[in-house]
Amino acid sequence: MSLQVENLTVYYQTLRGDVHALESTTFGIADGEIMGLAGESGCGKTTLGQGLILLKPPMKLIKGSVTLDNEELPIWDTERMNNFRFKKISIIPQYAMNAMNPTRKIGKMTAELLKSRNVNFKAILSELKRRLDLVKLSYDVLNMYPIELSGGMKQRMVMVLSTILNPSLLIADEITSALDVSSQKAVAEMLVEFRDQGYCKSMIVITHDISILYQIADSILIMYAGQLAEKASNDVIISAPRHPYTKMLISTLPEVGVRHAEKRLAGIPGGPPLLLNPPIGCRFRERCPVAFEKCLEKPPLIEIEKNHFVACWKVGD
Amino acid sequence: MLYFMLRNAKLRIGVAVVLIFVVLALVGPLLTKYQPRDYVSPGVQPPSSEFWFGTTSFGEDVFTQFVYGLRSTFIIGIIGGGIGTLIGIFIGFISGYRGGIVDEILNMFTNIVLVIPSLVVLLIIAAYLEVRGFLFESLFIGFFAWPWAARAVRAQTFSLRSRDFVDLARMSGMKPLKIIIKEIAPNMMSYLLLVYILQFGGAVLTAATLDFIGLGPTNGISLGLMMNYAVIHGALILGMWWWFIPPGLAITAIVGALYVTNVGLDEVFNPKLREM
Amino acid sequence: MLNFDGVSKIYKVGTFGGRKLLAVNNVSFDVKDGEVVSLIGESGSGKTTIGKMILHLISISSGTIRLNGVDVSSLKGRALKDYYRNVQGVFQDPFSSYNPIFKADRIFKIIREEFFPEIDNREWNKKIDSSLRAVGLNPDEVLNKFPHQLSGGQLQRFLITRALLLDAQFLVADEIISMLDASTRIDVLNLLAELKSRGLSILFITHDLSLGYYISERAVILYRGCVVEMGSTEQIYHHPLHPYTKMLMASIPRLDKKWERKEAEMKLKAKHHSELPSGCVYYERCPVPGKDRDCHKPSTLIEAENGHFVACWHY
Repeated sequence: MSLQVENLTVYYQTLRGDVHALESTTFGIADGEIMGLAGESGCGKTTLGQGLILLKPPMKLIKGSVTLDNEELPIWDTERMNNFRFKKISIIPQYAMNAMNPTRKIGKMTAELLKSRNVNFKAILSELKRRLDLVKLSYDVLNMYPIELSGGMKQRMVMVLSTILNPSLLIADEITSALDVSSQKAVAEMLVEFRDQGYCKSMIVITHDISILYQIADSILIMYAGQLAEKASNDVIISAPRHPYTKMLISTLPEVGVRHAEKRLAGIPGGPPLLLNPPIGCRFRERCPVAFEKCLEKPPLIEIEKNHFVACWKVGD
Repeated sequence: MLYFMLRNAKLRIGVAVVLIFVVLALVGPLLTKYQPRDYVSPGVQPPSSEFWFGTTSFGEDVFTQFVYGLRSTFIIGIIGGGIGTLIGIFIGFISGYRGGIVDEILNMFTNIVLVIPSLVVLLIIAAYLEVRGFLFESLFIGFFAWPWAARAVRAQTFSLRSRDFVDLARMSGMKPLKIIIKEIAPNMMSYLLLVYILQFGGAVLTAATLDFIGLGPTNGISLGLMMNYAVIHGALILGMWWWFIPPGLAITAIVGALYVTNVGLDEVFNPKLREM
Repeated sequence: MLNFDGVSKIYKVGTFGGRKLLAVNNVSFDVKDGEVVSLIGESGSGKTTIGKMILHLISISSGTIRLNGVDVSSLKGRALKDYYRNVQGVFQDPFSSYNPIFKADRIFKIIREEFFPEIDNREWNKKIDSSLRAVGLNPDEVLNKFPHQLSGGQLQRFLITRALLLDAQFLVADEIISMLDASTRIDVLNLLAELKSRGLSILFITHDLSLGYYISERAVILYRGCVVEMGSTEQIYHHPLHPYTKMLMASIPRLDKKWERKEAEMKLKAKHHSELPSGCVYYERCPVPGKDRDCHKPSTLIEAENGHFVACWHY
């Protein structure tokens, strides 16, 4: 599969005006690639993930196109997108595990879901069972109510459901955030397993936790205030980032295993800009230690070396 | 906030309707030189330029009865609704804040009062109390209407109680009563207002019903009493629509407007309900 | 400074309180002056309950808490108020900690009314000013604002300022940075470390082990209400002894090394039931061979090496 996103720009309509949540994002995902999408709150990662599959008000598509497997996705048309959802592109939304109808047994809910996609439950039951085995859930789960499962179990169930029709692209939105450390590892590793087994071809894993991405993603895309900052393989992002924001972000993470007494980590002073009236040009320039006049013009995302993209004037010259 | 209040159509309509009747209640008695029970002219007269709402079977001026009745109705609403709200708030706050066994006991008490058939109690009391006034009626209504308010306040208090800022107030050495008054209640002001409006409307409606079936005050005049007398004295048969329609319409309009105001206020206070 | 001795918390649940839920089970640890101790556990471990018991927001079912040697297990009235001069807390959700209809600095006014009723304006303002600067906030930027006008990081620091105004010596920090962005988290953490060096003792409650490693001297690992391991941060992180701790350490996503993909069958959590097993609390998920032999008796803390305690028969 391949995903190509060109110039995707999405705003949120609010009473006070348009929030420029996503600005001219362009990137691509190759077949079999697990791409992590990371950034702090307000960077637009959830907007991007949701925009690809369910762009509904108050989100509004300003411009841009999305091409999946050489076919353009009609993301502006929620009706037509119905044919793609679940089959070609699927999402595990944030808090999905809490969104299961508490009055429905899981098996019944699955059957209803599949019926709405014109898939016979009985026909795929054996496949479903195989996948439940993979995620270490017993078949009894189908006969239980959501409240009888733990957080990790519900999340795994949702993962199985979202991929049961073998979509080309799976979007996982903050699926590990609400879990305990032990469940996080299991769920994250399962994602990779899904890709390895061919249940989905490629993945976008959205999270604010970069250390999880380092463990399971092939590449990481860093976003800041609605713009793309850098995309590279996970090793490169962690060990040799080039964008000033990425560099500062990585150095704020204690997951490198340091102690305060040995090495002081420093935060990034200031805060992200409000997106109602975003600053022109590069949105990081107010906090950037190396900003200069050219930063008033938005830097494009350029490939400085193979598979390493950076959007910064100071890089790549 | 004020801006949203003025823009909300439901609020504007509701408040306008209620205000019309309030003005009428305040000003109306000044427009008439009679008292409600005066004999003004031979009875059963339809509305005319002299008697705007016509006269009753006994020759009383319906308009005079109407405006004095409006006053009583409003007073019952204010007092009856007020008592119900006050008791409800008191019990609701304590129940919601303390939780545990105190909550269980108060809950049980609330439920008991809720299921007592108030009509039966009133009938029994009416059998013993030959003379009843409006104050009694207000008290009675208040004492039976508070469970609804208590439940609402309790639920809100519960949810606010678990918020961290209440814990923070406790860690600042504030006593529970002070926390309720200074931290929780201010957060619920809009909610309490809504509770009061509902109690007010409920009191008016209950009073009208009680008056209509003859369990109302034994003296004085109110809209419900007007309808009671109208029906008893043959207004329906004689086609004296001017006697029972104005009070009936007034009650419907006032209570309806209050509920509409309530919904409108809810939209104003709760931004999520506003239509974009 | 603070000593937690054999403390338990039992909740009665079910209709008419028939069943018992043991949230905290005979937990003991101490925090010395100027020390940061991490209390680490997943959901259901009881760590928040312990924090609230120290802050006297929840009562203790059994056991003792001592502050500087004095028994503070149950306090009322005046004694409780004095306790709050010494012990304060900061919680996880910065926005829930403020009454949304009032300005943020109202929390200072409350402190003033309750604890410094006679202080004059000038002196109070000076106090606020210096405390705000001590936490790295600019008074002109943060005073007189509503909570929604400030950022999560600023709000949390405000709460720390409040504790400083009272000259508190012990702070319970319950997941205080988990809701903050990565770039502000580290600033607040550094602030805590700085305050520690000025004598503040901190109980740092977290589920995020990397944060615990960064900032604390000692760590206590909790599982389902029991202490399973306790020791210096170095000992716990570099040579964990309890199977649960080992599992936790192996599950942390690190930036300096990858997870081991060996299929050590990590048994995943099923839904918890409230009855604790009669033997070792970690029995169900424990991968250690030989557990069926010995682990039916409840485990107690054994000192494996200097200052490093484990609740396991098989370490």
